[in-house]
Amino acid sequence: MPASQSTLTNPGTFARAARQRHRSWWPIGVVAIAALLALPVLVVVGFVLVPAGEVWRHLAETVLADYVVNSLLLVVGVAAGTLIGGVGTAWLTSMCRFPGRTVFEWALLLPMAMPAYIIAYTYTGLLDYAGPVQSLLRGVMGWGYGDYWFPEVRSLAGAAVMLSLVLYPYVYLLARAAFLSQSLCVLDVSRTLGNGPWRTFFTVALPLARPAIIAGLSLALMETLADYGTVQYFGVQTFTTGIFRTWFGLGNPAAAAQLSALLLAFVLALILLERWSRRHARYHHTSQREQPIQRLSLRGPRGLLAFVFCLLPVALGFLVPAGQLAWWALTVADTSYDASFLRLVWNSLALAAGAAVLALMLALLLGYGRRLFPSRTVGLAVRTSGLGYAVPGTVIAVGVMIPFAWADQTLDAWLRATLGVSSGLLLSGTLFALVFAYMVRFLAVSLQTVESGLDKIRPSMDEAGRSLGLRPAQILRRIHIPMLRGSLLTALLLVFVDVLKELPATLILRPFNFNTLAVRAYELASDERLADSGPAALTIVLAGLLPVILLSRSITRSRHAQSA
Amino acid sequence: MPSQLEVHDVSVAYGERTIVRDCSFVLETGTIGCLLGPSGCGKTTLLRAIAGFEPVSHGEIYLHGERVSEPGRTLPPERRRIGMVFQDFALFPHLNVARNVGFGLRHLSPAERRRRVDELLELVGLSAAARQYPHQLSGGMQQRVALARAMAPRPQVLLLDEPFSSMDAELREQLAREVRDLLKREGITAILVTHDQLEAFAMADQIGVIADGHIRQWGTGFALYHEPADRFVADFIGQGVLLPATVHDELRVRTEMGRVAGEHPHGLAPGTEALVLIRPDDMLYDESSPRRAVIVERAFRGAEYLYTLRLASGTQVLCLVPSHHRHAVGEEIGVRLQADHLVVFPRTQATETVSSGIGIEIAASPQ
Repeated sequence: MPASQSTLTNPGTFARAARQRHRSWWPIGVVAIAALLALPVLVVVGFVLVPAGEVWRHLAETVLADYVVNSLLLVVGVAAGTLIGGVGTAWLTSMCRFPGRTVFEWALLLPMAMPAYIIAYTYTGLLDYAGPVQSLLRGVMGWGYGDYWFPEVRSLAGAAVMLSLVLYPYVYLLARAAFLSQSLCVLDVSRTLGNGPWRTFFTVALPLARPAIIAGLSLALMETLADYGTVQYFGVQTFTTGIFRTWFGLGNPAAAAQLSALLLAFVLALILLERWSRRHARYHHTSQREQPIQRLSLRGPRGLLAFVFCLLPVALGFLVPAGQLAWWALTVADTSYDASFLRLVWNSLALAAGAAVLALMLALLLGYGRRLFPSRTVGLAVRTSGLGYAVPGTVIAVGVMIPFAWADQTLDAWLRATLGVSSGLLLSGTLFALVFAYMVRFLAVSLQTVESGLDKIRPSMDEAGRSLGLRPAQILRRIHIPMLRGSLLTALLLVFVDVLKELPATLILRPFNFNTLAVRAYELASDERLADSGPAALTIVLAGLLPVILLSRSITRSRHAQSA
Repeated sequence: MPSQLEVHDVSVAYGERTIVRDCSFVLETGTIGCLLGPSGCGKTTLLRAIAGFEPVSHGEIYLHGERVSEPGRTLPPERRRIGMVFQDFALFPHLNVARNVGFGLRHLSPAERRRRVDELLELVGLSAAARQYPHQLSGGMQQRVALARAMAPRPQVLLLDEPFSSMDAELREQLAREVRDLLKREGITAILVTHDQLEAFAMADQIGVIADGHIRQWGTGFALYHEPADRFVADFIGQGVLLPATVHDELRVRTEMGRVAGEHPHGLAPGTEALVLIRPDDMLYDESSPRRAVIVERAFRGAEYLYTLRLASGTQVLCLVPSHHRHAVGEEIGVRLQADHLVVFPRTQATETVSSGIGIEIAASPQ
């Protein structure tokens, strides 16, 4: 019946009575936070209107075309790589039976723990002229320098391969979920109509999963555009490296902001693509029933082929680079683990933990604000706060630096003029600026987790609490937070790891002499001290395993539910 | 002593849209009331207004003499001393049964709280399940937990929002009677919202039939069935047919089945064209009757058959017959009309159209 249904689906109905009694500061706080978080992007976009003069013309005449072409080539390469790897492995593990399938189901997620810039360091170390692979070749074949051709890792193609190796899990995850949900109803129909398994894959399964695959692909490509560490290390000129160079090399923030705005336009295209594909996904039929899937049995050579196809991304994306990192970490063991390394670890962990807690508090404030005050303004504000996740760290750093530096200079000048004292840097170049940038970029992660948790709590829970004598704030404490405990921990963990891995924003915004694991690994690798970067890089990867374990646990749990 | 619940001329509006319009009723201490109506009629909104979840746009609500709702002022639910059982039970999944039941007893000392929880679990027969969690319980057990939780703080009024709707149809009536016994034993004043009339009859002392946000009739189930105040109530409650009739005098009407007499004057002038409500149990199977009817359809109901009969004029009526009188479709049987309660409505333009309501069909004239 409509009356009671609307109260079930609209969590805000009881808020109507609450709102009538008193105006609250809550919606104002939500809007203020959203406005603050939107500031960096607005600044960057605003700079489109500011003339950057000579520098911009210089850029346009010389390197801009390179930035565009290289970024696009990288996107195309990563798209091809993640599609083949992600869709292929998703299909094999969800629809076929072959040796090791149940292990691959979760092991295929392992490369998610590996930041792209770190995998780039490991393969450079492995495949360089002086690396073990080429040395072995020369030793065995008796070749000398220049006698043979070997693919160059530090190239655009190399960067595309590196990024594909760590980003294909996005496609794998979403495609796998799509294959599993469609499996029962339509695939069987196709088989009864005389289509073989391969034909069914291409004519039914793939088209049905296309929205999910495109959604996963656009996430992977957003990460590709946001990458700075890999392309910088490989010397590939893209937007992110261009922004760095324009700011710090040419000293022109306005031109850097304009490059950022151009990069944002590419990101926006991806966001629209993702939205569009998800809207289509909604109309697709999914089976509600949980029934064991009849998997196609692959025996003999075909089973071996499937095994190798799934093993390759796991081995190349995780096992080999992690092994290399572990080896480096061991070789430098006697010199690396000193007080300064501990300090580095402490800096990183404390920063990441602090940012995660702050993001969680903001997410609760926003998510609960939307539940209590479900107005259009509040809804828009909450959605805006989550958009930063698509914005590359470099762009956010530029958008944070410009207004903060301006505020600092203005305040300093005013104080000098009126009181004769200098305030120095209060905002820019402090941890405040860094944590603020993390909030802009990663609030979406905790917000999404908190909101999906809150959505699962039916409004009748709130009402039951109130009919038993609880005020709204007590309901948050006694009902929502205990029920949300799992979601809250997940939100903390995800932001923690994202902050730990984040490179470009940290690089630009960190206070002078403040180092994190990611920055240290980057610095050492840039100095060609790859082995020395091992301990820091390995620590990041180990921390990155935490959310992967969480994800794979939920996958194995759903498998148990299926077989039960 | 004031009545436990008084609803005076209450309207509830969302913006321009009025959901509940001028509803009034009074519930004395210890009685069980029911708001009965089709989907979307506003009954749940009225219940939520009584609970304090929805503000009223007009009228007042009194709980035990205290004014709790009026336009512009809504005492929040947590300060009303009401208990509420939700459609989905809304048990707290992170708390076990005992802690769910004790949730509203924060003002008691731990020892008193334990005693009250034990008492209620005993009452609903769930003492053994005290340490279990809601997801481990069956639907019926969950409902009893929800009931115990709502009753624990000794509310002034217990509100039940479609409490049986998630149950199997066979269980509903039985559960409704069980809950009624429980509430009666404890002397609790309660109000129930449902769209299921059998549930309402099984549980409530007083029933209000709601349509389009308005209470059409407030009375006992018996009165609603046998003395419906208007066509809607006659249509919504029970089955039956409106048979064309002509008013004979202030107590009697003439139909093609002969004269029917009521106990109270129906207030229509002699000679007026009217409709008279014929329930299936008003038509008696009687082989000796001179009035014959052809069986058009039959439905087996276990103890009886429900026959749809075509009278000589072509008009169709319903007839409930003990199931040992078994006849085939097409057969002609003898019937006679014996209505104890005469329900007469004046015939209006709408007469010739057949209502699509749950039970009642307005007999179509052959012409």
